[in-house]
Amino acid sequence: MTPMSYQDTLEALCAEDDRIVVMTAENRAAIRGLPSKLGPRFIDVGICEQTMIGMAAGLALRGRVPFVHALSVFLTMRAFEFIRTDLGIAGLKALIVGGVPGFLSDGNGPTHQAIEDIALMRGIPGMHVFCPADDQDLVEAIPLLTKTDQACYIRYFDGPSTVTHRAPVEVGKAETLTEGDDIAILSLGFLLKETAVAQKLLAERGHATRLLNMRFVSPLDAGAVRDAAKTCKLVVCVEDHFKRGGLYSAVIEQLADEGIHGNVRSIALDQKWFAPGRLPEVLDNEGFTGQKLAQRIETLFEETV
Amino acid sequence: MSGADNQGANGAGEREQLALRVREHIIRMATDGGCFIGASLSCADVIVHLYTKVLDVAPDRLDDEGRDYFFLSKGHDVPALYGTLAELGFMAKERLSNHLSVDDHLYWHPNRKIPGVEFHSGSLGHLLGVSMGVATDIKLRGGDNKVYVMLGDGECNEGSVWEAALVAGAHELDNLVVVVDRNEFQANIRTEELIPLEPLQTKWQAMGWHTRRCDGHDFAALDEAFTDLPFDQGAPSIVICDTVRGKGLPSIEKRADRWFVNFTSDEVAQLLEELHGQAQAQLTSEALHVR
Repeated sequence: MTPMSYQDTLEALCAEDDRIVVMTAENRAAIRGLPSKLGPRFIDVGICEQTMIGMAAGLALRGRVPFVHALSVFLTMRAFEFIRTDLGIAGLKALIVGGVPGFLSDGNGPTHQAIEDIALMRGIPGMHVFCPADDQDLVEAIPLLTKTDQACYIRYFDGPSTVTHRAPVEVGKAETLTEGDDIAILSLGFLLKETAVAQKLLAERGHATRLLNMRFVSPLDAGAVRDAAKTCKLVVCVEDHFKRGGLYSAVIEQLADEGIHGNVRSIALDQKWFAPGRLPEVLDNEGFTGQKLAQRIETLFEETV
Repeated sequence: MSGADNQGANGAGEREQLALRVREHIIRMATDGGCFIGASLSCADVIVHLYTKVLDVAPDRLDDEGRDYFFLSKGHDVPALYGTLAELGFMAKERLSNHLSVDDHLYWHPNRKIPGVEFHSGSLGHLLGVSMGVATDIKLRGGDNKVYVMLGDGECNEGSVWEAALVAGAHELDNLVVVVDRNEFQANIRTEELIPLEPLQTKWQAMGWHTRRCDGHDFAALDEAFTDLPFDQGAPSIVICDTVRGKGLPSIEKRADRWFVNFTSDEVAQLLEELHGQAQAQLTSEALHVR
């Protein structure tokens, strides 16, 4: 079943909750239909990410719940100090919706590659970080995130689902899609499409593989991470983010805090930007297709178990 | 303007007396850790004027969404705001002696734990955007209250100021009033020697703002400048207040090296006398030479 679109979901929420305002720094890709529906509650500031965040803080100070939109890379980096200082220090809530994060910037090149966005956002006290795997995750989460007290960075992805979800979205909870005690794949965001293929291939090759759709990097599902590290012979974090500061970092910090020594490995971008191109070719070139992930994970298993 | 009514500070003479007391507080905060005295003294008269004659806000109305808002974007001059808030009953005057104590919240930049402070600042170029969010919400709700934000002239180096100015003009935020403390200095150098700002009015006009300029130490001039707001329907307003860094203390007025100071208690005693027309203080503590 095709879920409601993101913008239809926002429109419906706006109708029932007059606190919500929708803002953009002239990036309307996900919300093109909303200006005519929301009137003055749709606020376009032009290509001014810093001003948008400042205004969002002022609106939140008056009790509004702003959804702000721009490309992830400019939102989380150009406006970083404004998110950290205006929203973060004040503990004000906004939903920070970043477009084309990670590999999704495909042919844009390194200027547009948000692959340190999670590190920056999860470094802000109280900030939630949500990485939907598909349109179902995204649309299901929006009403929940509107009701929490915390600001949340949403690594926007609204592509169609390729898996059958087994658990509703809950803040700070991962979704376990398959069970297995040999290997655990901790999958971030839209890469679930590829990690699900890898899981199937690994299972066919005799590796009982657990697939977790992490959904949130902050708050991290400590229980799911702990259980994977204690039970599985190999835990692999798969993310289109720098190795430093993203999901892998969050996972090993959590395990170190708990004194758990698991065999936890990373498949990420290790101190490099990725070669830009069409998305399928980017995934192939960087070794993130289902086939290549299965190979890389099997190699890690052979080398470390 | 109930703050003014409470204090009876309606005439220029009463405002001058109030501003004198605020300056005494600022000088007392300039020791035992110190403070940014130059900018605090330059904006003191403007802040006193705003709180006694312009802003519709009072200590018992800090949760009233119909109040006027004042945002201090150049946060390092907060001793002037602390002093004004204490004098007008937003907080106890005794609390000022807690300046820089970790057990209170009166540090070198403002924060919302101080009654009357609407938002924290310190990082320059932030509160014009925040104030625009508040002004936008007031318009969405059909309110007629106004939002005032004080910028430093040096702060007008920040790109985020001009980005926000452009948007405020485009959004026709006529309930927004910027006040610039034009003391002609930024940190340790004259603005015009580093990144010239003049003609400053022309720059704001080009962004769609309606501008006025006045002597920021002359209450009659301030009375005139802050009348008939907004100056123009459909445009944000700005008042550029020409001020003197270190105003009230001839021994540090217009001095680049007395930006941040940490005086001895003896110097403070002398400066309090100097403020009241006695001999100039003999300053012995080290001046701040950056260039």
